[in-house]
Amino acid sequence: MKPAPFTYHRPCTVDEAVQRLDELDGAGKVLAGGQSLVPLLSMRLAAPEHLVDINGLTELDSVEVAPGQVRVGATARQARVERDPAVRAAVPLLGQALAQVAHPTIRNRGTVVGSLVHADPASELPAVLLLLDGVVEVRTASGRREVAATDMFLGPMSSAVGAGELATAARFPVPAPHSGTSFVEVSRRHGDFALCGVAALVVTDPAGAITSARAALVGVAPTAVLVDLTPAVHGTGGGLDARSRDALVEAAIDPETDIHASADYRRQLARVLTARAVDEAALRATAAGGASR
Amino acid sequence: MTPDSPVHVSLRVNGSRHEVDVPARRLLSDLLRHDLGLTGTHVGCEHGVCGACTVLVDGAPMRSCLLFAVSVDGAEVTTMEGCRAADGSLGPVQAAFRDAHALQCGFCTPGFVTTVTAFLRENRAPTEAEAREAISGNLCRCTGYQNIVAAVLRAAEATAPDETAGERR
Repeated sequence: MKPAPFTYHRPCTVDEAVQRLDELDGAGKVLAGGQSLVPLLSMRLAAPEHLVDINGLTELDSVEVAPGQVRVGATARQARVERDPAVRAAVPLLGQALAQVAHPTIRNRGTVVGSLVHADPASELPAVLLLLDGVVEVRTASGRREVAATDMFLGPMSSAVGAGELATAARFPVPAPHSGTSFVEVSRRHGDFALCGVAALVVTDPAGAITSARAALVGVAPTAVLVDLTPAVHGTGGGLDARSRDALVEAAIDPETDIHASADYRRQLARVLTARAVDEAALRATAAGGASR
Repeated sequence: MTPDSPVHVSLRVNGSRHEVDVPARRLLSDLLRHDLGLTGTHVGCEHGVCGACTVLVDGAPMRSCLLFAVSVDGAEVTTMEGCRAADGSLGPVQAAFRDAHALQCGFCTPGFVTTVTAFLRENRAPTEAEAREAISGNLCRCTGYQNIVAAVLRAAEATAPDETAGERR
């Protein structure tokens, strides 16, 4: 249970970090919080030749709440984002999801951006990025680019951030007025990865009628999946038709059987948790509308 | 630089400054135990699940088995040994664990004590539910959780500000 030897790099600036990653030509792995990477190294499931430690890049240790968005730098810890009152007010879904990421002790070190790049199919934050149409900012030695949430997650533990690239920040748009969100999940033990988790976003008109609903599900496909549930909204906007909601969810997911749960059970969880998340998000949307009136 | 060339690490542990040269792959848990001889930090699962190796890094509880010593260069680390009272006797959390019979074999105890010490700094009067949430990342294979929760609440009383203690008397 000890990591294989590696050569350690501790750049002091983002420029230096991307330069080093470029020189290493795919052999360098970025170390941020390390709460997923270090176990993989200790179990020798991964043995990169070079680790590029970005914890010294103070320029990435930022949480900015601007009109319309929350921007989280690559070394900002999950616990800091979770507790930030301005973040909780602007994008409540971040706090709702982060509270279910592992344990508080892990969140003291783990980073939001690292979790996105790691792209575990059962982890919570990819669902948040997808549901809110977020963006990941990426730097390379030759320039910068942005990855839209829908292009970010390629497969289990596989994201669009390449070996020579450094994800520097993630942006989470503030949801529309009269909207509500929710994140619910079921896991075997408190703090474990979810068998299934669902993030929901419901938007209503000023009178409280639902105009759109969407959900992002984790643990039930090779990546987090986004489902538009708006076609299931009743004409009156009073709620969702249960049968069409379930059908939309089932068409989007592809759960597998493993030692933790059968595919059928995960399918059942996906239906039930989507219903719960949408209901809770709708209640919050109505409450938010009431508060703003 | 090769994978095995030592890297210089400078950190403060329980108030004492330490300068060591270790391989980059040295886990903080191993640095504490092997290089510094501070065997109060226990290593259970070594992949971040059990919580036995929890130490405070700049005041925040973290898994020392999930940190490379080199990546906490410059940090202030507090271990179980640092949770003692200034005169070397049991600290308030340790005393509460003894008083509430919150340890059986004692293997998990260092992780609990460090976690609870940090928790009580943020929440001086936790409810039982908050106490349970606070220790949710620590495993006790002797299944002594009831008494551990009791110890958290007892430690909270013992460390409460003086005016509260005064009211109670």
